[in-house]
Amino acid sequence: MAELTHNSNKAAHRAKLIRRTFPHIMLWIGIAIIVFPIYFIFSASSHTSAEILAAPMPLNIGPHLIENYRQALFEGTKNMGTPVLTMMKNSLIMALGISIGKIVVSLMAAFAIVYFKFPLRNFCFWTIFITLMLPVEVRIMPTYKVISDLGMLNTYAGLILPMIVSATAVFLFRQFFMSIPREIAEASQIDGATPMEFFSHILVPMTRTPVAAMFVIQFIYGWNQYLWPLLITTKPEFYTLLIGINRMMSGADVQIEWQIAMATTLLAMLPPVLVVVIMQKQFIAGMTETEK
Amino acid sequence: MSKQYEFKAPILPYILVLPQMVIVFIFFFWPAAQAILQSFYLQDPFGGRMIFVGFQNYSRLLADPDYWQSFTVSTAFAVCITVGAMTISLFLAIQANKKIRFASFYKTMLIWPYAVSTLVAGAIWLFMFNPNVGVIAYMLKHTFHVDWQYLLNFNQAFLLLTLAATWKQLAYNFVFFLAGLQSVPATLIEAAEIDGASPSTRFWKIIFPMLSPTTFYLLVMNLVYGFFETFPIIHQITQGAPGKSTGILVYKVWRDGVINLDLGSSAAQSVILMIMVILLTVFQFRFIERRVTY
Repeated sequence: MAELTHNSNKAAHRAKLIRRTFPHIMLWIGIAIIVFPIYFIFSASSHTSAEILAAPMPLNIGPHLIENYRQALFEGTKNMGTPVLTMMKNSLIMALGISIGKIVVSLMAAFAIVYFKFPLRNFCFWTIFITLMLPVEVRIMPTYKVISDLGMLNTYAGLILPMIVSATAVFLFRQFFMSIPREIAEASQIDGATPMEFFSHILVPMTRTPVAAMFVIQFIYGWNQYLWPLLITTKPEFYTLLIGINRMMSGADVQIEWQIAMATTLLAMLPPVLVVVIMQKQFIAGMTETEK
Repeated sequence: MSKQYEFKAPILPYILVLPQMVIVFIFFFWPAAQAILQSFYLQDPFGGRMIFVGFQNYSRLLADPDYWQSFTVSTAFAVCITVGAMTISLFLAIQANKKIRFASFYKTMLIWPYAVSTLVAGAIWLFMFNPNVGVIAYMLKHTFHVDWQYLLNFNQAFLLLTLAATWKQLAYNFVFFLAGLQSVPATLIEAAEIDGASPSTRFWKIIFPMLSPTTFYLLVMNLVYGFFETFPIIHQITQGAPGKSTGILVYKVWRDGVINLDLGSSAAQSVILMIMVILLTVFQFRFIERRVTY
């Protein structure tokens, strides 16, 4: 009898132990699935070309880390002579241009739609809504033609302008403006502030949190654009990092300098990952707010 | 539309919406109209002469087995990614949402890959599975004796593309599922636990139905991702190989337009894709209006 209770106690204990460790084990497997591929490329970026080509490459961290990153940053590869620094500058200009441009243009549009009654208000709202249905991917060639007719191939304006319209940002700001008590705008009127003074001194500062959330999402969106720069940049000095990675990895396997390509890949991940990690709270708020 | 205070100014609102409107018309509406127009013409790529051909671009496309093959692959690809990425992410989100130690560490570790771009995912998986230098390819060949040549074998190519695209999508789904799970009241689950509901009953009868808005939203977003946003992975890993078999619809629009300069056909394909996006968007918004309830 005593033994029986003892046994069932033991079984219950074991069941409890399994229940408690199970989520940890599963989450570690999840993290491993995410992290291992990235470890492989980090390891590759620390070896020589010969070591990688003589597969299998060693999986430790080799001694060539610094020289590989130096070559990537300042020289590029033999088949693609644009250094990472140049491409990083281009990616940064594009990502900042898109994210800041989107925020400014959307704040203005949302301000007009919420705080003014004008005959074309509904028309503007629906015009912005329809852009949701026309992503770049479905209007590749004609948009390319417009850019080329405007002489904007291989320019930053061409990279940025077609991307700075965002229905989601306008909707998010509109939602937020509508939740602000109307007394605030009334008070500013009594104090004699013009609408633009109200916008820049009161409304925009109040919108800090949604703006920060939008910035994180749109910075990543801009940084990770690929199809658009692929279409409109043909000169190496305008390549973004992602285009550069693709160029470095095209050609015969033996001619590819894998260690430099992988160093570049890691460097290309760094800025958007930093933005997400540093602004994680705003990022999650922004992601789940824009859903509606 | 809104009950917000309204300023009186006749010109100012137009100035405020002007930048948005100008960009929408120049870079969205004008090109979309061009695509529709172009889809009824044949253009000779050198002279630029346009010949009106009516629906011929469309009928040629719909009679082309290559187009249907591309359509089938795109659908299969999108469905596999959606099912794979959503299942894994939901499972991980449930684990991370439990009251366990290091929960916030786990969450951060699973959220940051959101920032990894689709092209980078393609580059990483290409490197691991490259038949000549890849670490995993080496293992497949020498440990498991698989004849790993994804550029010659459709099944292998499809598998590799799906793995890369799913891997990239995990963090996105994780963020939404986690937020959805956190909005399920803990008291509700505790009450069910006290009433003796087993973990699986608690999941299927309480948590899953309450997650349905999130699940539906993610379903649409994952399908859109699989259909339209995986271009970089295809372009990086297979370029449509073997043959044209992994060239999804978006890849085909690009190749037919940019490489083959068959502008009429490319435009017709763009129009068909536009219709698909419009249908998905309308579907999603109609649905959100009614909001899935439990």
